[in-house]
Amino acid sequence: MHQITLEHITKIEGDASIRITMEDGRATKVKFATDEYKRFFTEAMKGKNIMAIPSHLSRICGTCSNAHIMAAIEACEMAFDIQPSKQTEMLRALTMHGLTIRDHALHLYLFCMPDIYGKDAFLDFDENDPHQHQLLHDAFAIKAAGNMLASIIAGRSVHAMYPTIGGFIKFPDEAQVKEVVERLKGVREAALRCVDEFEKAPFHFDRKTDYMALLPDEGYGYINGKIRTSKGDVYDEKLYRELVEHVVLPYSQASAYQYKGDPYMVGALARMNIAKDKLHSHTQESCAKTLEQFPSTDIFHNNLAQAIEIVHSIDEAVELLENNTIDKEPLVKKPYREATGIGVVEAPRGALYHKIHMAEDGTIVDGEVIVPTGQNQINIEEDAGRLVEQLWAQGVHDEASITWELEKLIRAYDPCMSCAAHFLKLKLETR
Amino acid sequence: MQLPENFEKIKIGWFVFSCSEDNTIMFTELLNDHWQDWKQLFDFRHVKVLKKNNIYDAFDIAFVEGAIASPEHEERLKDIRSRSTKLVAVGACAVTGLPASQRNTFTDEQKESIQFLIDRFGALPEVKKVPDVVDVDASVPGCPMNTDMFLKAVNALVAELRPEVVA
Repeated sequence: MHQITLEHITKIEGDASIRITMEDGRATKVKFATDEYKRFFTEAMKGKNIMAIPSHLSRICGTCSNAHIMAAIEACEMAFDIQPSKQTEMLRALTMHGLTIRDHALHLYLFCMPDIYGKDAFLDFDENDPHQHQLLHDAFAIKAAGNMLASIIAGRSVHAMYPTIGGFIKFPDEAQVKEVVERLKGVREAALRCVDEFEKAPFHFDRKTDYMALLPDEGYGYINGKIRTSKGDVYDEKLYRELVEHVVLPYSQASAYQYKGDPYMVGALARMNIAKDKLHSHTQESCAKTLEQFPSTDIFHNNLAQAIEIVHSIDEAVELLENNTIDKEPLVKKPYREATGIGVVEAPRGALYHKIHMAEDGTIVDGEVIVPTGQNQINIEEDAGRLVEQLWAQGVHDEASITWELEKLIRAYDPCMSCAAHFLKLKLETR
Repeated sequence: MQLPENFEKIKIGWFVFSCSEDNTIMFTELLNDHWQDWKQLFDFRHVKVLKKNNIYDAFDIAFVEGAIASPEHEERLKDIRSRSTKLVAVGACAVTGLPASQRNTFTDEQKESIQFLIDRFGALPEVKKVPDVVDVDASVPGCPMNTDMFLKAVNALVAELRPEVVA
């Protein structure tokens, strides 16, 4: 038996651990454990007034916070039977585009790109090298544009203040809209360079699996639609509990999920595999050749899909902002009633489910949150096992090489351990 | 920014305990505007979100995000304190404990329902804020941290630790 331990996987959101036991060249046990101490957000929901729930659940995760707000608002509005206005729907879509641009850029440039260039950190890129200089400036310009979009629409790129149940409490003025449109247009070429970087990236790992994403009937969005799977199934979001099957992991502080007894993947690769033909027409034009690579079972194409989604979110946001005016609107309000609400959105890392049960006085009786990384958990374990088996068969037995390959693989999933976990250690046992 | 010849970069550690890591994200967003200056000024010695090869030795400034949820957290925080000239608590969980410490005020029924998880993973009976465990030199409150206050705290510490720096 042989065991390798990798601690503190870096350049991911939070920490986790992975233990792999090798016996006769087979990965007989793979445990991707999430060790962050629980903060009990769903238990703490109980007894709170429903109006406090979006900002409460936002605190589950910093980088995904605006997605948690959107999912919680949707769940609460279903419980109230509130239909948001068209403008509110647009502002929520813009909030998600800002999140997607900022979050994907953080993952792709600061977490993944150093692997491609053999650097320890993105800030180690050489400013005197014209290409690396360009990448440094591209990264921070794209992140800043996404941050700005989220800030003018939602008040903040992390734990947004303006979106609430029934609408928004503050609105951008024309000058702000004009400025952010220019900023977004200004980084589009940089986003296309990002697509090119990840299309040329030398890392690949193929394993067939299933994919699942919430996608609209028309277009490629992150808030509305039906849950669609690569098996061809389509579910109303209210029926989500029929497709995500909970799996208890005694070694982890997080939960895992299956679909019809099999692991599946959520995230940009799932969305791109199921709905690449729904992307914004300008994105489809600009990325036509790259899009031929989808559907794909190469997990490293999750990075490529994220890069394409940055372009898509820029194109969508510019179109929405240039073709609509934003006016002050009152919040839609309805009385409390006993009801259950479900909210589903596509966070940057994949489908995010919120469920709340409101009592007739507006207090929360119970709730549930299912995060993307929990859904990817078993898929990550299966990929990690197969990857180490492949390396083993190729004669790669040293910890440094295995660790390096595993880190890249796990980073490609873009796991969010603040949502699901903390602390990554690799422990590889062989017999 | 003008730095003297042979300028010794300020050694930075960024450490995360129980929280949403919203302050880490705000820090990466501040890099959008400050990365060129900070690259010259700081040795990001142990910043797990930025780099793989982190060095855990001595720090001029340790930024600590998150609340303290386990005995292991307590020991680690004390160790960070012992090797850091300055320690800054960043964000609400570090400064006030909340919301990471929300279980401290659960009802008896709620506490009973989660006790098996507290026991299974060896968590502290009550979650603590950073000043409950170590002395702090500065605090940056907010959820996420107030970035203006963060910059003010950073600039003040730079001026104290490296008065020769000309902005």
